[in-house]
Amino acid sequence: MTCDDAEILIHALADGELDAGHAREVEAHIAACPRCAAELTAIRQMKQALAGADLITKAPAALRLRIEAALPAAAAASITPLAAVPSRRTLLKGFAMGSAVSALAATGLVAIVLRNDDQQRIEAEIVSAHLRSLQAGHLTDVISTDQHTVKPWFNGKLDVAPPVIDLTAQGFTLIGGRLDYVDARPIGAVVYRRRQHVINLFVAQTSSTARRASRLETIQGFNIRSWRDRGLSYWAVSDINPDELNEFGERFERTMGGSG
Amino acid sequence: MTTPHDDPERARRFREAALPHLDDVYTLARYLLRHQADAEDAVQECYLRAYKHFDTYRGPAIKPWLFAILRNVCHAEFARRAGAPVKALDDAPETTEQAPLWQDSVETPEGAMLRQRDASSIQRLIDTLTEPFRETLVLREINNLSYREIAEAAGVPVGTVMSRLARARAMLRAAWLAQEEP
Repeated sequence: MTCDDAEILIHALADGELDAGHAREVEAHIAACPRCAAELTAIRQMKQALAGADLITKAPAALRLRIEAALPAAAAASITPLAAVPSRRTLLKGFAMGSAVSALAATGLVAIVLRNDDQQRIEAEIVSAHLRSLQAGHLTDVISTDQHTVKPWFNGKLDVAPPVIDLTAQGFTLIGGRLDYVDARPIGAVVYRRRQHVINLFVAQTSSTARRASRLETIQGFNIRSWRDRGLSYWAVSDINPDELNEFGERFERTMGGSG
Repeated sequence: MTTPHDDPERARRFREAALPHLDDVYTLARYLLRHQADAEDAVQECYLRAYKHFDTYRGPAIKPWLFAILRNVCHAEFARRAGAPVKALDDAPETTEQAPLWQDSVETPEGAMLRQRDASSIQRLIDTLTEPFRETLVLREINNLSYREIAEAAGVPVGTVMSRLARARAMLRAAWLAQEEP
């Protein structure tokens, strides 16, 4: 690691935002580089000075009372002290803002160096992508029950070739493929159907080649079965019950295992 | 979507979720607007909007959501100020920004110690930072948001948060050391 690489990561280290692996790398660089070591000390010193100074300004009691008083009657009173915007416009603006906030959550940079709830965030995005796909006309970009049509369709669209397996015999009908976006990256979605239920199987490349056993989770009423195998991460999402989703995943994994 | 805004249960949930963060929101408003009365108005407007749109809030942390609303309110206020002929707020701080204390020409001696300062003098130093660096620093060091939460509140990628924060700290440090010259 060079000083240039370390420059911003030192801040993330001081802020406790680095994952363990990157924290070790930055620490190794600092151990060998007096300049960056001094920088880290300076950052920590400043953080301490700021933390020790109690910089939160207490809101005036009168403001708290004003808000308290306005709250239950907020809609009727339509108090807009800053700008006298008609309440209807304020409302629309507010909605626009609300969707902007959630859109932002979806476009967050792939900060691979940061620790924490990446997994959870990505799963939330996967569920959003699944929901989007269920809206009319969004389910498939290529419609085919033939794996030899769906698989080549992905060529050149992604940096990985998502495995496309025919599981019709096992009760999961392949209905097509789709290009989606998760974590601000294009991601392949292979679409299956079980009775009337859609299963989206999202496939993305991962830096880790280690196999990771499956996990089953429920987010916003949808079940997600995620696993990792041979450098690919998989998320199967559906509203079918967890047992059936598990069955889907197991059959998929078994067929993959058999084929390679 | 015509939710009954006078629903007492909804109001109760909102109070419990949002009011404990009033000091945090007010602090950020003070730093963003650098004007007490404007900050109070902005915070009140922020809470009213937040209450109106409480249904659009989906966890887990409510602080970044409140801050995002506050920023919107403040930007409306900035727009209003920009439209108004001459506004009180744009006097002293803007002139400081003509000759920023944190200019790169200010050499930062390696290992130089920052003299301890009291809260009000630190606040003045932070006030000299330009946006968006001031906001990023305040969200991190005073409001204690994680990088991801700052990204959510400010509507920028995490990478941008990281570079802004590094820059903000360099600015603040330079300003801090510059004031220590006798």
